[in-house]
Amino acid sequence: MSEPTPLITADLVATDLVAADRDAATRQLIDLLAAAGRVTDADGFHADVRAREAQMATGMPGGIGLPHARSEHVTVPSLAVGRIPAGVDFGAPDGPATLIFLIAAPASGDAAHLRILAALARRLVHESFRSSLLAAGSADEIAAIITREVVVK
Amino acid sequence: MKFVGVSSCPTGIAHTYMAAEALEQAAKDAGHEMEVETQGSAGTIPLDPQTIADADGVVFAADLPVRDRERFEGKPIIDIGVKKAVHDPIGVMAAAVAAVEEARANPAATGGGSTTTVASPATKVTADASVGNKIRQWLMTGVSYMIPFVAAGGILIALGFLFGGDGVVAKLYGGTFEGVTYTSVMPSFDGGFASGNDIFDLLRQAGIPGLLFLLGKAAFFFLVPILSGFIAFAIADRPGLVPGIVGGLLAAVIGAGFLGGLASGFVAGGIAFYLTRLKVPKGVRGVMPVVVIPLISTIVIGVVMLLAIGKPIAAAQSWLTDWLSGLTGTSGILLGILLGLMMAFDMGGPVNKVAYTFATGGLTTAIAAGDMAGPALQIMAAVMAAGMTPPLGLALATAIRGKLFTAAERENGLACWLLGLSFITEGAIPFAAANPLRVIPALMAGSAVTGGLVMAVHATVEAPHGGIWVIALVGKPVLYLLAIVIGTVITAAVTIALKGAQARKLARTDQLQSVSV
Repeated sequence: MSEPTPLITADLVATDLVAADRDAATRQLIDLLAAAGRVTDADGFHADVRAREAQMATGMPGGIGLPHARSEHVTVPSLAVGRIPAGVDFGAPDGPATLIFLIAAPASGDAAHLRILAALARRLVHESFRSSLLAAGSADEIAAIITREVVVK
Repeated sequence: MKFVGVSSCPTGIAHTYMAAEALEQAAKDAGHEMEVETQGSAGTIPLDPQTIADADGVVFAADLPVRDRERFEGKPIIDIGVKKAVHDPIGVMAAAVAAVEEARANPAATGGGSTTTVASPATKVTADASVGNKIRQWLMTGVSYMIPFVAAGGILIALGFLFGGDGVVAKLYGGTFEGVTYTSVMPSFDGGFASGNDIFDLLRQAGIPGLLFLLGKAAFFFLVPILSGFIAFAIADRPGLVPGIVGGLLAAVIGAGFLGGLASGFVAGGIAFYLTRLKVPKGVRGVMPVVVIPLISTIVIGVVMLLAIGKPIAAAQSWLTDWLSGLTGTSGILLGILLGLMMAFDMGGPVNKVAYTFATGGLTTAIAAGDMAGPALQIMAAVMAAGMTPPLGLALATAIRGKLFTAAERENGLACWLLGLSFITEGAIPFAAANPLRVIPALMAGSAVTGGLVMAVHATVEAPHGGIWVIALVGKPVLYLLAIVIGTVITAAVTIALKGAQARKLARTDQLQSVSV
């Protein structure tokens, strides 16, 4: 019985990102995943995320950017979170995103692993979840909130 | 109001679930109930059919074709992209409420606004099974739909023999029986009874037994198409049904038997599954499941069956026939063993047909020549006895080790007593199709022994069919029956040994898996 790898840890959170555009912001979060060993090829994964972003922009109402991809360069379902106080455009109709969630899913993830990402996506819709992340004081706190709130029912 | 919905998106990891959550929240906030089926990468848990039946309206927030869309037929549906559901769930729910009210005010526009939902045939497939388990589940789905056809058709044919005796076949299909020559009164299934034959001709000549026999044959006609069709259905859902059934029908027509049906089911299911996963422009999406996928997959499976499978089978059959004919003069026991192996290999398929035709051809020639003492009548006896042990052996196995079989198989096992006694080898097909690698060797072992024994004791039979019901035409009936009993016991014992070993192995792997999770 091995404990599954947590979706997020404090070192996958950037509390004060500065980025010129969504591609640069995404890249900084990808580098966090690569540094943690969750993404084996940062360039390859970045290309997969760009391909997904090109299909349909992932900006959400409420200042959310949600770049994501299923990719063979991902070893374990992971989430990296960045707060950009200055905001960066993610194609949402109501303005730039200040909170960015980068979801990395392995290409061959089995259903059990993918359910945790499904649970995350459902939580993101809730205003209270988003505002608690914007208000959180530290990377540790952000990781703790996500770990607590995102549970597979 | 009550709503149901379906959400999906290209990657299947984010928007699918956000849309579902957003819609369910918006519905709740507006005082409605809503349940959304997420057709995403984490596997789809289908909505309860009752929930769908109770729903007033439907929301499709789907960027991929909605799977099993037919379930929602007759209800007011709004079809929006997944993005709209995420960005403006409140507006979407308002539109859904408006659609329901519109449908209530004007029922005709939405197909009567009736709450009838189309029930979908169940499969035994679970979303996150391993590859090996999936293949077993696909097979079992096909087999479970085939079993009633085997049981109903087999019993009808057996009853035809029971009441009509050996003569029923000649009286139906034409031929000579007890010195009387009959012309065929068999209707062609294409033209019904129109081709000069009507039901009264048939009843006058062949009677009620002839009718029972004919209906049994009609049911048997569907064995392979249903097997193939529902394997493909299990793999690809509804789009698999057309190529699966047509491919199975072609397998039956080209004489590929149930093994050909297994092949066509898997190939057809694979093609349809691939086509349903293609990304197509929104305009084409609506006609994909109804027109495009059935059309293309049927063309592909048709060409595959007729060319890639049909031609080689015909060639192999003529080669086998020549080879068998060349064996005359070798040891009778060896020939009996060989014919037994062939009879049990595919039960009505190409190999079985070669052995059976070899025996009946010899029998016809011998009877025409008045040669009742030659080997032809022994060969016929060996082939018939070896064709009886597969269903009988499996009937015995289900009776003494029911745990190794599914409930449907146990019931089919009961019918197999009658089918085996009537020399209807097809009774064994559901078992063999569900687990070919273990069941077919067991059937071949028992039939080989029986075939060899019949030749060894020089038992004979003067009729090409009828099983136990033509025992009056058997020479050395006691030894003949003994050979059948021995083969039956061997088949049952080997089946139990092989299936038992597999069951123990599966139980072990299941334990290992549950520990490692």
